[in-house]
Amino acid sequence: MAGPRHISVNEASRPVLPRHAKLKYDETRKVWVILAPERVLAPDEIAVEVLQLCNGERSVGDVSDQLAAKYAAPREAILADVITMLQDLADKGFLTEAREKTP
Amino acid sequence: MTDVLGNPPPPSDSLAVLEKQRSTAEAFGIPLAVLLEITHRCPLQCPYCSNPVELDRAGKELTTDEWKKVLSELAEIGVLQVHFSGGEPTARKDLVELVKHASDVGLYTNLITSAVLLTREKLGELADAGLCHVQISFQGIEEGLADRVAGYKGGHRKKLEVAKWTRELDLPLTVNAVMHRQNLHQLPDIIQMSIDLDADRLEVANVQYYGWALKNRAALMPTVAQLDECTRLVEEARERLKGTLAIDYVVPDYYALRPKKCMGGWGRQFFNISPAGKVLPCHAAESITGLEFESVRSNHSIAWIWQNSEAFNRYRGTGWMKEPCKSCEFREIDFGGCRCQAFALTGDAANTDPACALSPLHETIFKQAEAEAEGETNRFLYRNFAGGTLESENGT
Repeated sequence: MAGPRHISVNEASRPVLPRHAKLKYDETRKVWVILAPERVLAPDEIAVEVLQLCNGERSVGDVSDQLAAKYAAPREAILADVITMLQDLADKGFLTEAREKTP
Repeated sequence: MTDVLGNPPPPSDSLAVLEKQRSTAEAFGIPLAVLLEITHRCPLQCPYCSNPVELDRAGKELTTDEWKKVLSELAEIGVLQVHFSGGEPTARKDLVELVKHASDVGLYTNLITSAVLLTREKLGELADAGLCHVQISFQGIEEGLADRVAGYKGGHRKKLEVAKWTRELDLPLTVNAVMHRQNLHQLPDIIQMSIDLDADRLEVANVQYYGWALKNRAALMPTVAQLDECTRLVEEARERLKGTLAIDYVVPDYYALRPKKCMGGWGRQFFNISPAGKVLPCHAAESITGLEFESVRSNHSIAWIWQNSEAFNRYRGTGWMKEPCKSCEFREIDFGGCRCQAFALTGDAANTDPACALSPLHETIFKQAEAEAEGETNRFLYRNFAGGTLESENGT
């Protein structure tokens, strides 16, 4: 079964797109898209970059660290933006969290 | 069936809905999603079936290779999603092969099914083939009514089972509930059933009255009071279930003052392909007599048919309009409503859809629908290849 509903994204979350939400570059329209049931979303450049880093292993904090370093920007501001974007995706039902690995 | 990609939630800053953003800006760019009605065969006999009254028989259906060629061509010209529908798409033995091919060429695949022919093994094969999403139709909340509407004994129970398998296989599930006078009282329970089934989406789709549904209008038309209650329930549930269950809502247009922007406008953002390979501006378009629809079996490419064929261009834009549409301030907003409904109710697809209050026929049709809704006729004309069978006096 998929993860629980009502995912609340925070710094420790390790989110990933579920199998039914596919990030893809649309060659015809030259834009990135997220394909989901009966929906085609058009993420902006930053959202694409965040989603490419979200592999279910990196935490939201890790992702924010990487982006802060890359853009030499304040980490707190980036973290807030990343959480907002991911929470929006989660509320639409297009985000899941990696299951805890059994040691 | 809702408008494909219709009714999206409001886009946030970083995640816009592509259909909203582009389709009207680009002059008839290729649609993002295409409906494939791969067969008209179906074990169910729902009296509101969206298929044409004149069904394509099995012998006319495109072959496996022809559908594969269609899928490759769609991916190549920029279509991103396909909906495998019917009829009942699982009635085709090659469905797994077609889903596999669609996935291989990069298409996102949806299955729109009655579910009654599926086994757990078959659903697993479809998931392995890359199927992304399953949409199951429900006719009610309990088998007495649901099986009677579908004209298929044991159907409801099977649907519940398949819905469970769908979630066990980690596939997202949409419950498609087609609503009408005889089942609208079950809507609160249908919403709860969707939650219990762990569905991601619920489509509350009021019957649209063309084809089979028009023949059954007297048995299906809801009352104004029922519809008001339905809208209230949907709005309340949407708020309460935000983030848990997305609810799409298709309203019947008979009681509206303004017509719906059917299909997002004729030939603007949608086409479907019939079992025999006709490329159509809407799944009911073949009901408009006098229009010639081109086939994927012709010498023309699908992109050419979309852009250049006479049938697609006939009602594109606003140039074809007559009064009161022609000078109406809403003409670019609703494009005069639904061409199939205009044809069915007025005999001319270029007339204003009578769902619009500005149509001279609106008043008459509204009164007729209201009278039918209050009437005693509950017997169905079941959908089949023989032109329909009337329900017996005691049901079924």
